[in-house]
Amino acid sequence: MKYVDEFRDRDKAAALATEIEKLACSIEGGSTPIHIMEVCGGHTHSIFRYGVEELLPARIELIHGPGCPVCVLPMGRVDDCVAIAEQPNVIFTTFGDAMRVPGSRKSLMQARAEGADVRMVYSPMDALALARAHPDREVVFFGLGFETTMPATALTILQADREAIDNFTVFCNHITIIPTIKAILDSPDVRIDAFLGPGHVSMVIGSAPYDFIARHYRRPLVIAGFEPLDVLQSIWMVLKQIKEGRCEIENQYARVAAAGGNVAALQAIARVYELRPFFEWRGLGSIDHSGVRLRPEYARFDAERRYAIPNARIADPKACQCGEVLKGVLKPWQCKVFGTSCTPQTPAGALMVSSEGACAAYYQYSSAKQRTGARG
Amino acid sequence: MCLGIPGRIVRIDDVDRKLATVDVAGVKRQINIACIVNEAHPVEHCVGAWVLVHVGFAMARIDEREAALTLQILQELGEAQAELEAIASSPGSSP
Ligand code: SF4
Repeated sequence: MKYVDEFRDRDKAAALATEIEKLACSIEGGSTPIHIMEVCGGHTHSIFRYGVEELLPARIELIHGPGCPVCVLPMGRVDDCVAIAEQPNVIFTTFGDAMRVPGSRKSLMQARAEGADVRMVYSPMDALALARAHPDREVVFFGLGFETTMPATALTILQADREAIDNFTVFCNHITIIPTIKAILDSPDVRIDAFLGPGHVSMVIGSAPYDFIARHYRRPLVIAGFEPLDVLQSIWMVLKQIKEGRCEIENQYARVAAAGGNVAALQAIARVYELRPFFEWRGLGSIDHSGVRLRPEYARFDAERRYAIPNARIADPKACQCGEVLKGVLKPWQCKVFGTSCTPQTPAGALMVSSEGACAAYYQYSSAKQRTGARG
Repeated sequence: MCLGIPGRIVRIDDVDRKLATVDVAGVKRQINIACIVNEAHPVEHCVGAWVLVHVGFAMARIDEREAALTLQILQELGEAQAELEAIASSPGSSP
């Protein structure tokens, strides 16, 4: 339990770890592993940063799920971004996280170095402000993320509509978590006994959309906060359900994520987007209804309708094993190129780009540990 | 992008467009508060409220203690600095 020093409330962490150990021992099935997937990249980061896995009994295995929007971006989509960014007169705007994701030819960062006007923005509102400020240019915003960022893009489009701004479009790559969890549960090579639910997606969608996981797939899910203690407590809640033979959707993060979600955000989502028939994910392939696009009413803000987009399916480089890592079949360090030809400085796969990616988080955490002796 | 950062609403800038200025660890910027206003919480009454800010939008009300704890954890995680830099360098921010 050497990392417990780092927790804010050390005693609580130690007590929780002991309780978790006891519970895990008392669950039937002897030493068969209990697989718990944390869906959200924020949890992945917290888990690696605090060495949460070191506190858990060997029987519990955490599987780092697909909830890092940058990590599941397929190469072909980065190529699409580059193709739009390289159009004359375009200002291409993106969250910083997406700048370094490799495409098949180049990343957005490289496109910028070669002369494309690519700008990092903090908010889609900043992209809209650029459009106002440069009426002679075409500003494209790269809409990225799950339900947490989806309302922000939707509200920005509604604002552009009210102001009748005609040089602003969105390249919509927003993705939705529920069909993705369902696809993972339906996939034959994945074994998951329970989930830690994404805290901030749940803050928007509420807890009801997860009900099918408990009812139909008979798996517990606990919506979890992002502090290491939140994660530990959520793991404890999951184990308690398993021990008592319950499958329920519980909310450890009720202080932020209300059961009903955020009504205004859900209304904005419903107004602006419709489900795509399918959407391509890195490592997970095509998942039905897992992405959204703009409704026809907002077509004039849709970059897909304004620009010719290559939309090619590009397979990941052979050496990359992001798919296996995403599904929890491999641990990050088991990938053939981990730490050699794939590092945060020269990422081969997207899981090495974002700090929420399992590979980057593991790389950062383990190298920091090596640098300083014991503390991560 | 997904963790968000807590801030305190210090001024309402535009009631119709639901725009307000937040203070995020000393950095001020304009955000959209459409998702946290409703009949019980009209725009005019939001000054002083602590909110969780995601990509320029207030997405949840939080209490002050929660805000302080969250900020501290983000600092420990090394996430706060990146987020603050992104906020500070964006056109919507002001000193
Ligand atoms: S080490 Fe790189 S290539 Fe391998 S799984 Fe991680 S991100 Fe993908």
